[in-house]
Amino acid sequence: MENVLNESELAQMERVYVKPDTLTDTRFHYCPGCGHSVAHRAIMEVVDELGIQEQTIGVAPVGCSVFAYNYMNIDMQEAAHGRASAVATGIKRVLPDRYVFSYQGDGDLAAIGTAETIHTCNRGENILMVFINNAIYGMTGGQMAPTTLLGMKTSTSPAGRTVETAGYPLKITDMVAMLPGVYYVSRHSVHTPNAVRQLKKALTKSFQYQKERKGTCFIEIVSNCPSGWKMTPVQANEWLVENMFPLFPPGEIKVPR
Amino acid sequence: MSDVELMKGNEALAEAAIRAGCRAYFGYPITPQSEILEYLADEGRKRGMIVLQAESEVASINMIYGAAGAGARTMTSSSSPGISLMQEGLSYIASAELPCLVVNVNRGGPGLGTIQPAQGDYFQATKGGGHGDYHLIVLAPSSVQEMADFVYDAFDLADKYRNPVMILSDGALGQMMEKVRFRDYDPTEHLVAKPWATTGKPKTRGANVITSLHIQPEKMEDINLRLQAKYRTIEETEIRFEEFQTGDADILLAGYGLVARIAMKAAELAREKGLRVGVIRPITLYPFPYARIRELAGTVSSILTVEMNAGQMVEDVRLAVEGRVPVAFYGRMGGIIPGPDEIVREITTMAAGTRRRQPMEAH
Repeated sequence: MENVLNESELAQMERVYVKPDTLTDTRFHYCPGCGHSVAHRAIMEVVDELGIQEQTIGVAPVGCSVFAYNYMNIDMQEAAHGRASAVATGIKRVLPDRYVFSYQGDGDLAAIGTAETIHTCNRGENILMVFINNAIYGMTGGQMAPTTLLGMKTSTSPAGRTVETAGYPLKITDMVAMLPGVYYVSRHSVHTPNAVRQLKKALTKSFQYQKERKGTCFIEIVSNCPSGWKMTPVQANEWLVENMFPLFPPGEIKVPR
Repeated sequence: MSDVELMKGNEALAEAAIRAGCRAYFGYPITPQSEILEYLADEGRKRGMIVLQAESEVASINMIYGAAGAGARTMTSSSSPGISLMQEGLSYIASAELPCLVVNVNRGGPGLGTIQPAQGDYFQATKGGGHGDYHLIVLAPSSVQEMADFVYDAFDLADKYRNPVMILSDGALGQMMEKVRFRDYDPTEHLVAKPWATTGKPKTRGANVITSLHIQPEKMEDINLRLQAKYRTIEETEIRFEEFQTGDADILLAGYGLVARIAMKAAELAREKGLRVGVIRPITLYPFPYARIRELAGTVSSILTVEMNAGQMVEDVRLAVEGRVPVAFYGRMGGIIPGPDEIVREITTMAAGTRRRQPMEAH
């Protein structure tokens, strides 16, 4: 990319953003407009701001964010599909003074990994679970997910999801919020700068609670999938607000008393 | 060495795990191995071990993945149906080259099967079990003493090769009580540095990543070639077996684990009848002692493989023998343990057949 400004012009400008050391120089492979890269950046900025890069270990899932470790400049483990929270449990139990988080999509966390998700939360495992919900299997080409909305068309619900054949979209975040081992639950999005700021506040709280050994923190990020939804990035974000938010409204779901 | 104690095989194995410096155990109850989890939940926790009863064997094996990846000496145990559930995780662990111990106290199958002892998991244990090209190092104890001894060896081998190690036992060895002495073993003299572990990235090094994903075919082939080179080294270095009266043997019995002990008794009984019978007992089932069995095939007239299954290790014996002498099979299934008298009867029939120079029927 050619520089638009010359050096003397650059020198007169105020520096308002520096990519933190917690992000590698690798370019994101995500589709244009995808929320993953923004979510990655939000988490890694918080890790940088808290100064915990050396103490943080992440667990990547199977799905589009399978390569999260290419972008996050921290020690990471790649888990089998659905097993990220079990892997995170293993790490946290032997390294209790480290910050451990899992990063999982809807298929990973709420379908194939449901048992691991529920039991990790029920044990109150002292980790952060980040749940990316875009209501679709992106990496495998746009199949129906456990959170796919009723009537939503995917490659495996071509006429739209129906209750008769596929049941209801699973509100797993609301389910885990009921478990006493879970300390903090919050739902967010990354479709506007303000939404990202709110997310970063929740992430910061979650790492603080983890330091205080309060139990499981669970953050859902309602995200998009322009390619899977067959929309432009702008359309996808509008569709997200109009269709995803009614069922998955942003906001804190469980806060410490 | 400690004083002699009388213990169940499962308990001896669990006690050895504590003494071997196992930091963390993750497991799920299943008969006939639940004593391992129970012993560690009590005695292990008292002595500082992290012990977690997981929601499933699927979770257990993935907790092992996480703990091993974080640099801890770690293990799980289960029995056949539970070990089947762990195959996905074992494939990932083998690919990511994470050292750990997995104990299979084999029970009868297929399916839910029976809680009685069996050796039906030989193929699963020695040939990979899960998807892809990989091997576990497999140790087969045949006594309560070895249930304990092999734990130390397993952890050391796992660390040496960054490879998962399985102790393939059975329900009888797990449940029966025998004398056991615990060896002098100071874990601090055995634990190795693990600079690859994900313990948190200091400024002084790049990020450590534990993964089995290599999307570029050339990279994935390189990983496979590296794994295969490691397996060749293991095959050259780590083969273990035991022989009983093979020096003058005309008929060779081949058996592992519990069956090897019964075969030795059968060999003694057969020798009382004037038949020169010896026993080869593979201790490492992977790597398998092909070369030694091939050598013995040059000095015996026939081989009888005895197993508590429908004939699994016999395939490796035949691979070793390459048709030099007839290789027969005798097996019991469903949790039934063959008695020495049954084996002697087979030997007697075989001896008669061999004298007539007739090829043995396979089964």
